[in-house]
Amino acid sequence: MTDFFASYLGYEAGWFVATLIGILLIALPLMLAVAMIIYADRKIWAAMALRRGPNVVGPFGLLQSFADGLKVFLQETIIPTAANRGLFLMAPIITFTVALISWAVIPFGPDMVLANINVGLLYILAVSSLGVYGVIIAGWSSNSKYPFYSALRAAAQMVSYEVSIGFVLISVVLWAGTFNLQGIIDAQRGLYGFINGFGFNPLLFPMWVVFLISSMAETARTPFDLTEAESELVAGYQTEYSSMAFALFWLGEYANVLLMCALNAVLFWGGWLPPIDWAPLYAVPGILWLFAKIFFFFFVFSWVKATVPRYRYDQLMRLGWKIFLPLSLFWIFIVSGFLMLTRYGGHA
Amino acid sequence: MIQAFAFYLFAGLMILSAGLTITARNPVHSVLWLILAFFNAAGLMLLLGAEFIAMLLVIVYVGAVAVLFLFVVMMLDIDFAELRAGFTKYLGVGSVLAVALAAEIVIAIAVHSAGPIDLNSRMAPTPATVSNVQAIGALLYTRYLYIFEAAGLVLLVAMIGAIVLTHRTRRDDRAQKASRQIARRPQDATRNVNQPVGVGVEL
Repeated sequence: MTDFFASYLGYEAGWFVATLIGILLIALPLMLAVAMIIYADRKIWAAMALRRGPNVVGPFGLLQSFADGLKVFLQETIIPTAANRGLFLMAPIITFTVALISWAVIPFGPDMVLANINVGLLYILAVSSLGVYGVIIAGWSSNSKYPFYSALRAAAQMVSYEVSIGFVLISVVLWAGTFNLQGIIDAQRGLYGFINGFGFNPLLFPMWVVFLISSMAETARTPFDLTEAESELVAGYQTEYSSMAFALFWLGEYANVLLMCALNAVLFWGGWLPPIDWAPLYAVPGILWLFAKIFFFFFVFSWVKATVPRYRYDQLMRLGWKIFLPLSLFWIFIVSGFLMLTRYGGHA
Repeated sequence: MIQAFAFYLFAGLMILSAGLTITARNPVHSVLWLILAFFNAAGLMLLLGAEFIAMLLVIVYVGAVAVLFLFVVMMLDIDFAELRAGFTKYLGVGSVLAVALAAEIVIAIAVHSAGPIDLNSRMAPTPATVSNVQAIGALLYTRYLYIFEAAGLVLLVAMIGAIVLTHRTRRDDRAQKASRQIARRPQDATRNVNQPVGVGVEL
């Protein structure tokens, strides 16, 4: 795309226009996907609870999310008088922006990636570590008890699980030998000669389990949604928010969930590669494989949300620090030792 | 052209946010300005082609260190009047520090313009095919291996020290053992009774 625009506008302007269009091509469908995924989440959740779910607005209730969006758009934004006004308004913007910018490095196909950078995975790690600021700032600037508790919980929870996510990513990087996401996908091609995906590798499968659970904790989804535990904290850091500010949190949260599903697919299950390394399957465009995988993992997220009760805070911390951290650290030794013996011939 | 623009943008914003970090009245605002300064530093690193360092800066400083700063600062009970009263008290020490820093900057510039000490060791350009991560990794794990490991050891000792200092076992500790809770079956705690009418339950 850059070449196409560069041939008309010269290199710098062409690059600028192409990047701008690329951003829009990712962000706008992503927003649409978030609206539909919220609907899907409510439908799945309802089906598991033997309810009907949204079924009034549009055919099968498909337009429910848009109706909700219109509703919050028309509502008045209420800012508490005791709140720290600037930061209070900035917090949802931070959450929303951070949820969007990670998508820049996600590869959608062999050549479909906005920024194919060397340190793609580190970029994801860096950006996902920023997500906590939206929550902390929202909790603090609301100047209210429950949001503040929620902010404290969020800070500790997200930092804890980032540690194990980091170690999991290191074992993936060790195996792939690169931080570049396209490189990681390429490294997954033809495992045992016929399947694509690190998840099929018995040495990396346990790390995927750790990653899946940690990604639920990182996005504060239900078994770990202590930041907005309604039985204890009303609605956590969102308590004082209304209308569009609230909607931005909501959108950002689901965009983050989708991102984590995409990361599960890209890092462990072959991304845009078909699951089996068989020529006819490559006829299906890679982007469809990626979307199918993302939706599958989203279903797993909803499934867990519908069936698993919320953790207590001490259980959450125990899982993060006493189980996942030692396990993933130990696993790095195993993976690097195995690679040393097999791939690098037993000597450094 | 765009590099120069980006440099002045990042550098200017960094100096601005660094200034606001120390002048902001509210400590939470200070930390947030500090975070912005970290970001701009990462941007400068990117301009230098050190993308690995840039990402590490964001991950380590913004993602972890500043979160802990914010965590502590948020819980402070701030008395603004007292903060302002302290200003004159620390004026002397502060100005000495400021003069020392300014002098160091001037000396550094003078030394730099006088020419480097050894041109060969000043810069070790890496070939374009070797990525940042590879270049740093190869250096850290071969030439500087012992120093690197020693740094890791120092950090480990610091971590263990912090844990030992803050950890205390309480005598009335009622920590739950997850394995025992999971191993517990309904029969251990409940029983079924076929209760006849008019007779109390025997506990």
